[in-house]
Amino acid sequence: MAAPSSERFWRIIDTSGAWLLALCWIAPLLFALWAAFHSANAALALDWRAPLILDNFRQAWQAAPWLRYLFNTVILVSLILIGQFTLCTLAGFAFARFQFRGKSLLFALVLLQLFVLPEILIVENYAMVTRLGLFDTPLGMSLPYMASAFGIFLLRQAFMQIPRELEEAARIEGCGWFGVLWRVYVPAAKPIYLAYALVSVATHWNNFLWPLIVTNSSATRPLTVGLSLFGAPESGVNISIVSAATLMAIAPLLIGFLVFQRQFIQAFLRAGIR
Amino acid sequence: MTQALPRNPVERRQHMLFGWGLLTPALLLLTLFAFYPMLATLWSSFFSRGTARRPSVFNGIENYRDLLADPTFWQVLGNNLLYAGVTVPVSIALALGMALWANARIPGRALVRTAFFTPTMLPMIAAANLWLFFYTPGLGLLDHITALFGIGPTNWLGQPGTALWSVMAVTIWKESGFFMLFYLAALQAIPPELQEAARIEGAGRWAYTRRVVLPLLMPTTVFVLINALINSVRLIDHLFILTKGGPDNASKLILYWIWEMAFAYLDQAGAAVLTVLVIAALGLVAALQFVFFDRRIHYR
Repeated sequence: MAAPSSERFWRIIDTSGAWLLALCWIAPLLFALWAAFHSANAALALDWRAPLILDNFRQAWQAAPWLRYLFNTVILVSLILIGQFTLCTLAGFAFARFQFRGKSLLFALVLLQLFVLPEILIVENYAMVTRLGLFDTPLGMSLPYMASAFGIFLLRQAFMQIPRELEEAARIEGCGWFGVLWRVYVPAAKPIYLAYALVSVATHWNNFLWPLIVTNSSATRPLTVGLSLFGAPESGVNISIVSAATLMAIAPLLIGFLVFQRQFIQAFLRAGIR
Repeated sequence: MTQALPRNPVERRQHMLFGWGLLTPALLLLTLFAFYPMLATLWSSFFSRGTARRPSVFNGIENYRDLLADPTFWQVLGNNLLYAGVTVPVSIALALGMALWANARIPGRALVRTAFFTPTMLPMIAAANLWLFFYTPGLGLLDHITALFGIGPTNWLGQPGTALWSVMAVTIWKESGFFMLFYLAALQAIPPELQEAARIEGAGRWAYTRRVVLPLLMPTTVFVLINALINSVRLIDHLFILTKGGPDNASKLILYWIWEMAFAYLDQAGAAVLTVLVIAALGLVAALQFVFFDRRIHYR
């Protein structure tokens, strides 16, 4: 049996270790926060007594159409979410509730996309979006992600766990297949939808490579692409201004995360553990 | 998939109709943005690079031969293998440590957990911007720290020996907190009686962790491993900010190279061949999961 003194010893080790690692982990963010409020010279010289200034935010704000980027990002994640909810609900329902020839093969094909993500196929997807005349449009940016294998799989699992008895009750009230889906299955899977929504929004808010490829103007560019153009060394802005811009760009999602932290973490767990 | 088709012919037709009907929109998009592109990539990998004057022609496995003969290919492949070989185990080990700590009874546990998880919520581009600061030669935070030990300024991102490692640090920073979450959930699912029983048996803390906790975390480790392997191909956004694959390809990863070939050098043939190889590698990961690991993950 462990003696109480050794228990206390381990507790101190655990606490200091955990705190030290946590500090290391959050340090880049804290440092950027500090740098954003100081002049670049003071930030690089680590001058802790330098005065606080807001000038970096003013300069960063004026240097790029951030509100427009933010708006584009919101449009992008909304379009993707609406598309995913619609398509994945229908497909998940088909896999969960219907028996038909070719189902296993189709399911395997869908699951293939869990591994071959749209990012890998950038070249051909770019050609496809251009062919469809959707280059540099919000729709072109969002289409490849709408039929998400992950979402289909998640909703299929959720629908399969819903007892058939609930369905019978709705049938007696005269519901058809779509009535059953809308009145019974969708409401019963609400927590899964919420979890999926949070994961999807967080993922696509931060997505970069595909939007970079299919956008060409600030009228469609999302925040991540805007930020990458802004921070490029060629643009000649200093590190304090880059920090200020980075903080502005990540603020909406980060604040949302900190406020709804429990829900976010639950969402990732629910969606992740399959 | 275990259930049989309905016996009743009317019902059977209805299931057929609804099943395929409901799947049509998703299948249409998957065809446009997954199945067709995959086949098209394979097809175009057998054609030569077209120019304005010379249209592309079928040349069999010539592109593959060219790629394999290109020393850059082996360098980039080596980089990506090293990138995976380091970031995957390190972020899994860190995630496990973080989860054990975030699950232990320590003061300020919620804050510690938030600190670990926050990087996960940032875009890779933003993470790269934050880390640029650390790596600025002579002036960055890292050089301030190494100066304390009498080491002169280092051009972390600008020299071949350190560029890839600097990129890996950002990846590990970004991923560990995410993987921690899955370990945390698994840890919370372990019944507390087990620890009590282990304690009565006289098992120390280390024995309990190694003999009881780690085996129970195996399924989580497999899940995290698969995700980490996929991410080692996919996570390249920070290269755009930190190194652009340089210097001299020292930090170039495959997906970044695909992007560069297709959109900077306009070498569609080369990009197609590389994409085919990546798909093959990811297919291997998928097969690994299906054949060797838990089949229940998908067919529960």
